[in-house]
Amino acid sequence: MTIASVTQLVCFIALSLTLVLGSLGVVLLPNIVYSAFLLAGVFLSVAGLYLLLNASFIAAAQVLVYVGAVNVLILFAIMLVNKKEAMAEIPGLLLRRVLSGVVCLGLFLLILRVDLTTPWAVPGPTPLGDDSTVLIGIHLFSDYLLPFELASVLLLMAMIGAIVLARRDVFSSDVITGEAADQGLIEKERTPLLLESTAGETNLLEKV
Amino acid sequence: MPATSIDIPLQAYLVLAAILFCTGVWGLINSRNAVRVLMSIELMLNAVNINLMAFSSYIDGQQIRGQVFAIFVITVAAAEAAVGLAILLSLYRNRETVDMERFNLLRW
Repeated sequence: MTIASVTQLVCFIALSLTLVLGSLGVVLLPNIVYSAFLLAGVFLSVAGLYLLLNASFIAAAQVLVYVGAVNVLILFAIMLVNKKEAMAEIPGLLLRRVLSGVVCLGLFLLILRVDLTTPWAVPGPTPLGDDSTVLIGIHLFSDYLLPFELASVLLLMAMIGAIVLARRDVFSSDVITGEAADQGLIEKERTPLLLESTAGETNLLEKV
Repeated sequence: MPATSIDIPLQAYLVLAAILFCTGVWGLINSRNAVRVLMSIELMLNAVNINLMAFSSYIDGQQIRGQVFAIFVITVAAAEAAVGLAILLSLYRNRETVDMERFNLLRW
């Protein structure tokens, strides 16, 4: 074994441990803020695995998109909905957890069996290494052009949809004059749905 | 230079992805906080991405179509996170809770 392969192996083991422990922490920790920060650790270790797999561009994209965007978005969501509430006890919760754990373990054993018994066609052709970024660009602008453009349309739709869904229910009237302000496109007056009592409704109105 | 294929077996990456995916599934079923459900979905998407990248590097080393697919998965995951969190905010504004057990309007 050369020094390079030993380094690779050590990096792989360290990244795997971070990944598994971090994902367990994301799922199991009671404090959701800790979960969110551990999720960033999981994303970073996945990016490290991509570097081990000769994919530097995807590793950079992983860090930028997941750690930089998705994780920050999740932290903002936690910040916006951080009401401390005591979740009501539910009968049979432990049984449910154990049962779903058994199901997940069975799924894992199934995937493990498929992974270990299938004769994979390795070793394949030698990996490209650092040229992969160039080849990704060629792919994106030749044979994957249509999915690439569709992805941009999908992102635009997601952006507009997120704005429409998350906008605040503000009464569109001018603060000083009290006249109706013409903000119908961005802020719409709505009655809150699904409130169980009218008390909550008036409460919401007062808040606004 | 690229000696990856020899040292670490492909199966190591696949087993790692399987562990990550099953953790995500368990969290998806059992989380009571809606934000944690979204986090579990992200874990599962990352497990799929690890599989794609491993196959792309070990079996499809000259074409790397798996890496292109991974880019699309990352894109869809970003869109999903944005829309999912917007839905969560809207739901929280209407129901004043993030407890998954109380979102049972469509339960039969």
